[in-house]
Amino acid sequence: MTTAAFLCLFALAVAGYVLNRRAATELSGGGAKLHSLEGFHGSYALLVVFIPVLVLILLWLVFQGAVIDLMLKSGLSDRFAGLSNGETQLLVAEIKSIAKGTVFGTPEEWKFAAADTYNMLKERSSLLLLILVVSLSVALVVFSRRKVSADFRARHGVERIVSGLMIFCSVVAIFVTIGIVASLMFETMKFFSKVSVTEFLFGTNWEPQIPLREDQVAAEGAFGWLPVMLGTLVITVIALIIAVPVGLMSAIYLNEFAPRRLRAVAKPLLEILAGVPTVVYGFFAILVVAPAIRSFGQSIGLDVSPNTALAAGGVMGIMLIPFISSFSDDALSAVPQSLRDGALGLGATRAEMMTTVLFPAAIPGIVGGVLLAVSRAIGETMIVVMAAGLIAKMTANPLDSVTTVTVQIVTLLIGDTSFDNPKTLAAFALGMMLFLATLIINVFALRIVRKYREAYD
Amino acid sequence: MTDVSASKSSLMGEGNAKVKRRNRNQVVLQGLGLGAISFAALMLIILVASLVSTGYKAFTQTHIALEVFVDPEEIPLEKLPRGGFRDVLLASLQAKIPGVDDRKELRKMQKLVSNGAQFELRDRIVADPTLIGKTISLNVPMSDPYDQLAKGLVKRDTPEAQRRVSDMEIAWFDTLDKAGMISQPLNFGLLTNADSRFPELAGLRGALVGSFWALLVCFMISFPLGIGAAIYLEEFAPRNRFSDMIEVNINNLAAVPSVVFGLLALAVFIGWFGLPRSAPLVGGMTLALMTMPTIIIATRAALKAVPPSIREAALGVGASKHQVVFGHVLPLAMPGVMTGTIIGLAQALGETAPLLLIGMNAFITSAPGTPLDSATALPTQIFIWADSPERGFVSRTSAAILVLLGFLVMMNAIAIHMRSKFERKW
Repeated sequence: MTTAAFLCLFALAVAGYVLNRRAATELSGGGAKLHSLEGFHGSYALLVVFIPVLVLILLWLVFQGAVIDLMLKSGLSDRFAGLSNGETQLLVAEIKSIAKGTVFGTPEEWKFAAADTYNMLKERSSLLLLILVVSLSVALVVFSRRKVSADFRARHGVERIVSGLMIFCSVVAIFVTIGIVASLMFETMKFFSKVSVTEFLFGTNWEPQIPLREDQVAAEGAFGWLPVMLGTLVITVIALIIAVPVGLMSAIYLNEFAPRRLRAVAKPLLEILAGVPTVVYGFFAILVVAPAIRSFGQSIGLDVSPNTALAAGGVMGIMLIPFISSFSDDALSAVPQSLRDGALGLGATRAEMMTTVLFPAAIPGIVGGVLLAVSRAIGETMIVVMAAGLIAKMTANPLDSVTTVTVQIVTLLIGDTSFDNPKTLAAFALGMMLFLATLIINVFALRIVRKYREAYD
Repeated sequence: MTDVSASKSSLMGEGNAKVKRRNRNQVVLQGLGLGAISFAALMLIILVASLVSTGYKAFTQTHIALEVFVDPEEIPLEKLPRGGFRDVLLASLQAKIPGVDDRKELRKMQKLVSNGAQFELRDRIVADPTLIGKTISLNVPMSDPYDQLAKGLVKRDTPEAQRRVSDMEIAWFDTLDKAGMISQPLNFGLLTNADSRFPELAGLRGALVGSFWALLVCFMISFPLGIGAAIYLEEFAPRNRFSDMIEVNINNLAAVPSVVFGLLALAVFIGWFGLPRSAPLVGGMTLALMTMPTIIIATRAALKAVPPSIREAALGVGASKHQVVFGHVLPLAMPGVMTGTIIGLAQALGETAPLLLIGMNAFITSAPGTPLDSATALPTQIFIWADSPERGFVSRTSAAILVLLGFLVMMNAIAIHMRSKFERKW
């Protein structure tokens, strides 16, 4: 039925285009001097029909589920009286699955009746949508057809609509940011109404496994994020220890010393390394790197845990090499040729020119790139989910297993999405901290990069 | 006089030493650079080599050819689709390996063939009930331990207690092998089967279809939004606070961790709007938000590369600003836009974390028919398989990664090809 609504919309919009265009051609054929080209008259009808009706369909689709649920619940208000929120949801889900035709066990008779009502409501809703779409589209076709005349400024109309659409597209970025902040804030507030802020920020114990039932005997659930943050820092530092020197050195070499043919091979090679999905790096870490570290550790008599911070951080370092190297390469290339020529002209070797002139001049850009790499390392998920541990420990030992903010977010949310217990809400609190930390680093880094790029222009 | 020349020569010597040291420093710096690149190359080689060496084995699958007598007593027509398919299969194995009648051993023998074999047999008989009473030949996968044995992943010389197949089972396998019943054809099931708990049956079809739907949704949303935003910002926006804010926002969005987008999708799309969990629609919408900044940045670069002379010429003959942009600048910039879009979609194809949060890591044994059905995607399928304890999934994971990398390389190759073919120098 929804497909039918879309098809009707497309057909009527195209019909509007054809009608308007033909009318305009007839007018100009009759000797009238049109303000706009015929195509603009057609496009005007197309846009005037298409956009409002499409918005109607999308809004309808977004809200019809919630409205139907409400109507279903109000129709059965006596059945739902005195039930908790979770029980209500369960009942509604059961009725919906019966309505779809999948029946488990032997439900009561009234549930079948409710399922029938639900199906009827759904059918009515889509029928109503279809009727609305058709009547509105036809009305708009007639409206735009009436507008066709010699001095109707169709082009201006079209351009105004297109401009509006483009502004909407640009504003989506702001909507997304607002959406991120709002959703994180909302859930984080709920979390802090259950767990105190000071406990979260300064607690040194992270054990989010709270009891699911009230009578269950289990740990209380502790939400101190310091060990998680420490683990994130340990892995980030390890990653940077590998990525920064290797990335920087390869950028220096490629920028100044490499023969052209080597550069032609090495650059795409680094790009391949950059294009590998992180889940592949994660698998690489557990398949190759972690066992290698473990057996090496055993051979020199060290006790290494299976999920080491070293393996996760090391592989993350490999992931970041191309990122740092391309940023440094850009920064080095942006230094004007005159500085190179000046240094070489004074008799410096190329290495001296690099270390005393080029590199210092490029440092702000390189620092910006490294900062962005830090933000990526903090926010990187799949490598650490697969290769780092799950238990939060206050340790800085790279051979121990640590956990990170992103690991905790993923493990807290897999398989459990009720937003009313502190366990799932804690993930949003962690997400908020992650978002804030990376946002600050990003703003800072982007500002440095931008400022530096303008320095030589 | 002698004093002077002596001091001069010592000065020269000192200078020579200094030059030597300076040259040595240069060599050291170059060596470090070369070492760094070699390290990166080495890592790439190890990465690919380890994937290929574990993954290539999943591209073949050990099959066993069985002559099955469809016993009407075990599978009566009136009881279809139920019946003793398992027993019929066992009987045909028993015929080849005589002398086994212990119940425990028989149960072990049953495990020679994959659990999916009985369903294949059932489907064939249900489709054509006249087969009952006849002997049909069936070529079915063997179960994972024997697959591993055939591929040499289970070493015969390890002590029996540490091996997954006992000496007796190896003897069975060798008997069947000698009878010429065992073959290793190409494993098309890897691409055409949906996911399964049994490694020998598990395939990528569900994940491929799920990824396709998610990418389609992602493209349909991010492409128009991205192009619209880029054209506005590059060609029409006045330079003011508002457009600055949009710009900073887009740059920041490009650097927000992907898992945060997953949180957004979970809270807004699933929590507030009530869209279905695990659906490619939600996955695609989430990926679209992440791809949009990439497309905007690429499109702006492509628009910027179109020389002003084109705009001026069009404006000069009386076109409006919109006509200039949509009639002349955008078509010329289109190759660059498409390249950027493909690269953005390639990134979206490999993205895993946000899909995990919206539940696209569900275990689903059928391919999704619409974007609203539960599904997995390629990267989340890799994640699920990497987590599975069965040995057979290690090579499946590597093979799935090779498939994913194959798609990525293809997309990037198309992008590079388009860039080189349509690139224009003005």
